[in-house]
Amino acid sequence: MMANAALTALTPGQSAVVTDIHLAPEERSRLLELGLVPGTLVELVRFAPLGDPVEIKVRGYHLTLRRHEAEQIQVQSPPAA
Amino acid sequence: MAHSSPKSQATAPIYVALTGNPNCGKTTVFNALTGLRAKIGNYAGVTVERKEGRLRGLPPGRDIILLDLPGTYSLSPKSQDERIARDVLLNRLPDVPAPRVIVVVVDASNLQRHLYYTTQVIELGRPVIVALNMMDVAEQNGLHVDVPALSAALGVPVVPMVASTGKGVAELRTRILDLVYREQSTTGRGLMIELPAPVQETLTPLVQQLRSLPEWDGKVAPETAALLFLSDDERDESSSSVPVSLRGAVLEARSKLGERLPDWRAHLIELRYGRVAECAAQVVRQSEAPRETFSDRLDRVVTHRLWGMVIFFGLMALLFQSIFVFARVPMDWISSGFDALGEWVQRLLAPGPLNDLLVHGVISGVGAVVVFLPQILFLFLFICLLEDTGYMARAAFIMDSLMSKVGLHGKSFIPMLSSFACAIPGIMATRTIESPKDRLVTILIAPLMSCSARLPVYTVLIGACIPDKRLWGFLNLQGLALMGAYLLGVISALAVAWIFKKTLLKATTPLLILELPPYKRPVFTVVLRHMWDRAKLFLTQAGTIILGINILLWFLASYPKDAVMEARFEQQRLAVITNALPHLAGVSEDQLTREWEQWLQTATTEKEKWQEQMSAIEAEASAEKLRHSFAGRLGHAIEPLIRPLGFDWKIGIGILASFAAREVFVSTMSVVYNVSSAGDDDAAATSLAKVMQQQKRPDGTPMYTTLTGITLMVFYVYALQCASTVAVVKRETNSWKWPLFQWLYLGLLAWTISFLVYHAGRWLGWS
Repeated sequence: MMANAALTALTPGQSAVVTDIHLAPEERSRLLELGLVPGTLVELVRFAPLGDPVEIKVRGYHLTLRRHEAEQIQVQSPPAA
Repeated sequence: MAHSSPKSQATAPIYVALTGNPNCGKTTVFNALTGLRAKIGNYAGVTVERKEGRLRGLPPGRDIILLDLPGTYSLSPKSQDERIARDVLLNRLPDVPAPRVIVVVVDASNLQRHLYYTTQVIELGRPVIVALNMMDVAEQNGLHVDVPALSAALGVPVVPMVASTGKGVAELRTRILDLVYREQSTTGRGLMIELPAPVQETLTPLVQQLRSLPEWDGKVAPETAALLFLSDDERDESSSSVPVSLRGAVLEARSKLGERLPDWRAHLIELRYGRVAECAAQVVRQSEAPRETFSDRLDRVVTHRLWGMVIFFGLMALLFQSIFVFARVPMDWISSGFDALGEWVQRLLAPGPLNDLLVHGVISGVGAVVVFLPQILFLFLFICLLEDTGYMARAAFIMDSLMSKVGLHGKSFIPMLSSFACAIPGIMATRTIESPKDRLVTILIAPLMSCSARLPVYTVLIGACIPDKRLWGFLNLQGLALMGAYLLGVISALAVAWIFKKTLLKATTPLLILELPPYKRPVFTVVLRHMWDRAKLFLTQAGTIILGINILLWFLASYPKDAVMEARFEQQRLAVITNALPHLAGVSEDQLTREWEQWLQTATTEKEKWQEQMSAIEAEASAEKLRHSFAGRLGHAIEPLIRPLGFDWKIGIGILASFAAREVFVSTMSVVYNVSSAGDDDAAATSLAKVMQQQKRPDGTPMYTTLTGITLMVFYVYALQCASTVAVVKRETNSWKWPLFQWLYLGLLAWTISFLVYHAGRWLGWS
């Protein structure tokens, strides 16, 4: 069981549930509007060839965030199916 | 209501707004509805592109204008594009009429996120149609959308479609006409989410106050309007759209609510997503989905650590090649076509100022504009294919790490690369960058990439000044100098970008929001349409300015006329003719010239000898003319300014003439040094280099030393000597402020760095 961790701590292909976003209000609300609200399942797809940015999959679509911001997204392991 | 009278219905155009998230296929829907005619401009005072077109197939007099709004994720704008989209929908822009109907384009394969925005728009209470696009992608991913159920849940018509194949377009059109001409009634639709008690309690008195305002037009549902006023960010300058008499109440309510429920904005977003997820669960049936879609498999390779890089650089090499090499062929056709046209007109009209203006001012000016067209078409063919297939997002994903080191976005890479061919298509390609500041920085640094027009200049200077020797046995000095010029440009561009991002265009690094949409097959007509739009924009808007500047430069280089001098050269010309054809002595001057031209076409013997004499006279005449022209006088006038760089007034003329276009340097210096430039450019460049090597300063030392050559090359790396670029930057930034600033900063940089190089070289004992 994984406690709260940064989204970037996942290994590519691994999924987790968003718990919180530690960013300035403006950026946080944009990420929320993109569907990253607490309780949402998110998959870390891959890192870019040069290590930054990060590709994630949320609500069925692929989104790219810089590592710096992705690190501020807190996740925990999904409830067992 | 004004629109209900038949007369105004027949004359005033009715606006229909097309809106949606980025990557919803909105542009494809727009093209399908409007056909091949669209008007592209800017919204007043900003650089956001305004694109509108007439709904296809309407009888004359019945105009419905479709307005393609910039893609947006929500009604709480985070960028200028999103602010414009919201302001159009809320009828806050004075120059855009209120849209009669709003069409929200939705990606059926990404329903939840798109519904988030859709529900916000529906809550405005305006007539809305949902265009449920990309039904084919959704089916491929195993998603089956129950369209009637979705329509019932949202309370608005939903039209399933595949815009790229035209499926559903006719039905969407019928639905639009249906709603446009139906008597308008507000849908009465209020908020679709249940507000938390503190928000509801704050909102209710505001709604009552709003309703009682005399200026309230009731076009937007009052609850929605009040909630938007309340959520407006304090820093958002558009919060002034709150009616003046309500402003105090809104501010007070906002601060009170902030105390009661500090995170209420985030809370509303979560509630809306909860509602949206519920709705999606009702209408979407997920069948056995392929665990990995085609896009996923392709991305494994395209964004792979090694193969991703290989594919990226391969594609960029192809892009560079097509702009640099393939476009050359049609460009040569165009320039020789205009040369032939010029010669034809010259012969057709009587010699005189009009003839001269038409040939050297207008025709060569138009030629100088049209010659860029192949490069622009090639570049936009590429960009459009990269965008429409979905690769552009992957390219930005791959390059972002490098570009972010100087504060830029991954998407700045392609404009910078394109600028190696020509800054004009490069600057036009910055339209793909959403952040206005990032876009501006990219525009400002684009001319530092050495464009193809600088290549002939470098070639001449290297040929004249850099010894053809090898360093350590394998590095050719001339090749090294050329590479150095290109590298200097790139490094300076990155450094300048970094400085601008730190100072002048300082902004908190915006969030990188980059979607990686599924790969798509590009639609041929859309690609063509895009290329055509760009070409038209370039020809009509930039073209007119470029033409004007070229005519001005022609004037400066040809006036004032010196009748005595011209008569002297005319005498010399006639003397050559009478020497060549002694039997013609005594005939009139006009006839002499005609006979000479006829003889040139028929004669075989001794023709070359006389022709050589004639072209020597022509070369001297044009050199003399240039020295006496305003341009020549300006060359003298700026000499004190460029002497510290080791340049003389003759180079000054070359630099001045280059302000039309850099490659003009070669032809101008040929004129200045009396090099007869018969034949193609390459031959002219080689012979010019030889003549330049023989030039001496007044004290007898050679003029074009290695140091002069390097200094002049450095000057050309930096200076913005390109009227066309200035014109395009004016167009793209919508003001003269930025092109002027760019011209000055690059000029200052050119002078300062050339000065440093020249004096450092002298100090080191080079000559």
